[in-house]
Amino acid sequence: MSIDLAQFLPTFLEESYEGLEIMETGLLNLQSSEDDSIHSIFRAAHSIKGGAGTFGFNQVTEFTHLVETLLDEMRDGRREILKSDIEILLQSVDCIRLLIDADHNKVVCEDESISNVEGLLNESLKSSSTDTQPQNDNKSEKTQSATDAQSWLIDFTPQPHLVQTGNDPLFLFNALADLGELEIVCNTSELPAFSDVEPKELYLSWQIKLTSSDATEDDIREVFEWVEDECTLEITLLTNDATPNVQEDEAVNNETQEQDPEVQSTQPESEQSSKQELAEPLSPNTITTDTNVLTTKPQSAIVGKDKASPAKAKPDVGSIRVGVDKVDMLINLVGELVITQSMLSELGNDFDLSKVEKLTSGLDQLLQNTKELQESVMRIRMLPISFAFNRFPRLIHDLSIKTGKQIELVIKGEQTELDKTVMEQIGDPLVHLVRNAADHGIESTEVRLANGKSAKGTISLNAYHVGGSIVIEVNDDGGGINREAVLNKAIEKGIVEPNSSLTDAQVFDLLFEPGFSTASEVTDISGRGVGMDVVKKNIQSLGGRIQVESEPGKGSCFKVNLPLTLAILDGQLVRVGTEVYIIPLITIVESLQAKAELINRVSGNMVLYRLREDNVPVLPIYQLFNLEAQCTEIENALLVVVEFDGQKVGLMVDDLLAQQQVVIKSLQDNYQQVDGISGATILGDGSVAMILDIPGMITMALKQAQVAQKATVNNNVEVV
Amino acid sequence: MDIQSLAKDIPSQGEQSLEGIEFINNAEQYLTFVLGNEQFAIDILCVEEIRNWERPTQIPNSPNYVKGVINMRGIIVPIIDLRMKFGIGQCTYTVTTVVVVLTIEVEHKSKVIGFVVDAVSDVLNAEADDIKKAPAFGGSIPPEFITGLVNQDTNVVTLLTPEALYKIEKHQIDGCNQ
Repeated sequence: MSIDLAQFLPTFLEESYEGLEIMETGLLNLQSSEDDSIHSIFRAAHSIKGGAGTFGFNQVTEFTHLVETLLDEMRDGRREILKSDIEILLQSVDCIRLLIDADHNKVVCEDESISNVEGLLNESLKSSSTDTQPQNDNKSEKTQSATDAQSWLIDFTPQPHLVQTGNDPLFLFNALADLGELEIVCNTSELPAFSDVEPKELYLSWQIKLTSSDATEDDIREVFEWVEDECTLEITLLTNDATPNVQEDEAVNNETQEQDPEVQSTQPESEQSSKQELAEPLSPNTITTDTNVLTTKPQSAIVGKDKASPAKAKPDVGSIRVGVDKVDMLINLVGELVITQSMLSELGNDFDLSKVEKLTSGLDQLLQNTKELQESVMRIRMLPISFAFNRFPRLIHDLSIKTGKQIELVIKGEQTELDKTVMEQIGDPLVHLVRNAADHGIESTEVRLANGKSAKGTISLNAYHVGGSIVIEVNDDGGGINREAVLNKAIEKGIVEPNSSLTDAQVFDLLFEPGFSTASEVTDISGRGVGMDVVKKNIQSLGGRIQVESEPGKGSCFKVNLPLTLAILDGQLVRVGTEVYIIPLITIVESLQAKAELINRVSGNMVLYRLREDNVPVLPIYQLFNLEAQCTEIENALLVVVEFDGQKVGLMVDDLLAQQQVVIKSLQDNYQQVDGISGATILGDGSVAMILDIPGMITMALKQAQVAQKATVNNNVEVV
Repeated sequence: MDIQSLAKDIPSQGEQSLEGIEFINNAEQYLTFVLGNEQFAIDILCVEEIRNWERPTQIPNSPNYVKGVINMRGIIVPIIDLRMKFGIGQCTYTVTTVVVVLTIEVEHKSKVIGFVVDAVSDVLNAEADDIKKAPAFGGSIPPEFITGLVNQDTNVVTLLTPEALYKIEKHQIDGCNQ
């Protein structure tokens, strides 16, 4: 094609993956051919095929063609929708995904599953062609009437800029050749003198005679669908032995289609003939048009080539689809901001004290605008959690086949919005939790029936907002967690002392210990992917936490609590010496003035503070960060007690300042990772403040303690 | 459009030259600055901005020549005292003390780093032929940071390699942690 296609490649990939998702969801919901979803599945497959053809993804085109043929038969009601076919189609969706990746990386995909599925598809298609033929005659009149050969005269006069929009008449003719025999006459009367030729313009028009075709007018129109607005198209019927105008409602829906191979696939005989047609050398007229087309656009073709190489070198940049309403709102807000700004600057031109009131109200308005603007900008990054949830129906479908259990998936709150970054990172941990629920949680059908439950197990995913965070629940109505088994395993592993009394929550927390599994046998479901300890680590790295609730015989619930966004954080500003630090509010348990009588020095000058029943180690920030602090005596210091992973620590600070929302900026962009610091932010006065990384600080303090302890041990050796 | 392609359109010496822009010619341009008593220079195209010294926010447990970070229009920029790093001159902060903020391209990523110098002085034109190799008689600056030496009147100016400036920061900090 003449224009630079590489720039559209990311869009194509994105849309294809979306299409695959639509196919997957549709297939899982597919019940009958009357169902609308078969049409959307077909459309998705068709768009992928069309796009793949355009981008030269030949493996994808070939494979998707088979899928499409099968889908087409289902769509027309010529084939019953069988469970086995849906299974094959689901597998093909996986294959298409693999093939798109392979074609994108310009390699030949040699995965066996593809040839397997391809075999299955062909088999399934063969078995259909015999028994669907009679049905064909009865059911769809349109195809019957279309079997009679007829001839069409097509006047195709494209507008001069047709080739600039990426369309190539040659492709259209090739698609027409699939419908029947072509005779093409090229009209070159509009062609200007050579010196006047604008290389990007198209001066030609064509008269096409389509003979021995069984296509309807709609079929022909569909070929030209993409160029409809850019050409004058007249289609006349020459031999009038069949009614041509059969309304086909799909034609309206198939907006994204490029070339419809429908007839090719439904009519095996015509397919053969058209293949022969293609194999034969094209008629002289076609060849002339071909060269004409080529010569009209050499310049743009070169440009396209030049552009293609740097575009490929660019790494994939993540993109977000944003609803128009969100963008409109932003534009509105920016408009308001501009108005406020001009009002304020006008006010500043000749300012006197009488205008103070106006100024304050103007500043209030500015504050309001800025806040709203910030909120709506943040909303752009927010996506409904259905993006993370929509892979689960398929997962459950596969798992229930693999495990032989009947599992139903219930999804609630899929419109709950979540930051894109958080969403991307929460996917894998959620998959793991759902797998676990299906594999370990839900009992087998026999056990369920024996326990007086329904045969079908239920796994429910639920998402909702609580304050500034989002909670995602993975529930199952299975057997629950066996408390004793977990405890015994922990004792056996030496994680827990025998005879220690633990609360339920503490016992369930043991599940997240590394290498901890109570499953009596390792299946290929639970053996894969990340372990529960990694799940917990991932969630914690996002600033979230996970809780387990379980009731024997009734099921378990894994509750994941996540911050809504990673870009903004509620923080407590504290001062140490001359520096201001920010402590994430979510980690703070309480802030207090230390009382001398509650301070204990134990086991070699370790400072503990008695906070009700707990002994909290005190961590002076100035020591950890080598600063000069105002207050170095613990006796009258301010303590901010923070908690991470069950470990409470008292941070010693000089002063407590304001609480505010801060925008997180990375230190690594221009510098590097700093121990104990998770990032930086810019305060109201324009200065930079560091955001404390509580887990990192705890690790740092532990390391320092270890070094000190080692030193003591070494001293002891010397003494001996 | 970058400055250099614009500069090409301006008539150079020999053609009709315009007043005030006679400094534009085919030679590379360097920003010269002072550390202690010595003149240094850096490729002018790397220079993002020249700022007055302001006290930055400290980075905990960083080496002494990393003075901290500042906010430059929403970007967090680390500030490194070149005098301390190279062991040249006194580390006092006066009214002429400035921060030269450089954009350094490293592996297709650009890093923005500010360097504290005693003063900026001039723009130096130097063609490739003017740049001489620095003799290996061991100043306090390791050779990989020095592109070469340029004679300017009676002075000798040391040309620094921006890419290396990024690297020493990394390298020395790593060394400090050990």
